Amino acid sequence: MIHSHDSVIVRTLGRIVIPVAQLFGVYVLVFGQYGPGGGFVGGVVLAASMILANLIYGLDTKDTWLSRMVLHGDGLGLLLFAGVGGLCLIGGGVYLNYANLQVPGLDEASRRYLGILLTQIGVALDVAVTGVSISISLSADDEDDAEDEPFRA
Amino acid sequence: MILELPLLVLLVMTAAGAILVKDLVSGVFILGSYSFVLALVWALVGAVDVAFVEAVVGAGLATVFFLLTLSRTEEKDTELRRLPVPKVALIGLPLLALLMLYGAGDLPVFNDPRSPASTHLSPLYLENSVEQTRTPNVVTAILMDYRALDTLVETLVIFTAGIACALLLRNGAR
Repeated sequence: MIHSHDSVIVRTLGRIVIPVAQLFGVYVLVFGQYGPGGGFVGGVVLAASMILANLIYGLDTKDTWLSRMVLHGDGLGLLLFAGVGGLCLIGGGVYLNYANLQVPGLDEASRRYLGILLTQIGVALDVAVTGVSISISLSADDEDDAEDEPFRA
Repeated sequence: MILELPLLVLLVMTAAGAILVKDLVSGVFILGSYSFVLALVWALVGAVDVAFVEAVVGAGLATVFFLLTLSRTEEKDTELRRLPVPKVALIGLPLLALLMLYGAGDLPVFNDPRSPASTHLSPLYLENSVEQTRTPNVVTAILMDYRALDTLVETLVIFTAGIACALLLRNGAR
């Protein structure tokens, strides 16, 4: 259980900072092929913004929809990454050789570009979800201790 | 390169401070500032991507994880008891440092284009990455295309870390 923060300054600043941080995370992810950054950094920035939101506005980590979804969504990014590699196998090439992605109307370099973009999104998804998942795990209640409390239903 | 010396002094100072400070919460914050200085050093030597990761992960995410971990501990856990330094370490570690400094003399000069590291595969990547992958940032092209399998397994490591944390720390997670 993360309690929400009382301070007006923190809550107002969070409302301004979190969307900017998320936009920046997506920017870093999408423009990783042109400038510094990429899937890993973009994912970490996205995870940091979501953890910040949890820390400011509070989160019931006990057994919520979010904490379960985050745990189950852990492998989605990995699945996307490995799935792109598998599509390359199906396309008749080596695993993770993006030139064999069967996308009509694209030359080889563009296919590699597409493959890099897709795998970067996979890495970002994996890192972002894992970051939020670890933060939820770390702040989860000890149920053994909680059950000893007299005021619990 | 007038910035190098102050940055290195700051780096050593923050590293020593993170170890020497008594309170663990202060140690976590000093470690975050250490990561930030290290990021500046990476940016100074031209490794922008590494600097980015160091700043975001070292100074941002790791600090939050450390603080969340500390918030689950008791007061007595966060106070440090230091054992006296054993004599073997007192003599052995400076010797080891001297040995490493001696070995570092044989390393190729920084930015040397004829060093083994920059003559083997690097030119191939640098010359062909724009043509072959339409990706001007060579680091991304290497990580995500030429060395994609390594990155896949790194992603697997992160996935495993998340699953392991959930299994260890969440009671009754389904």
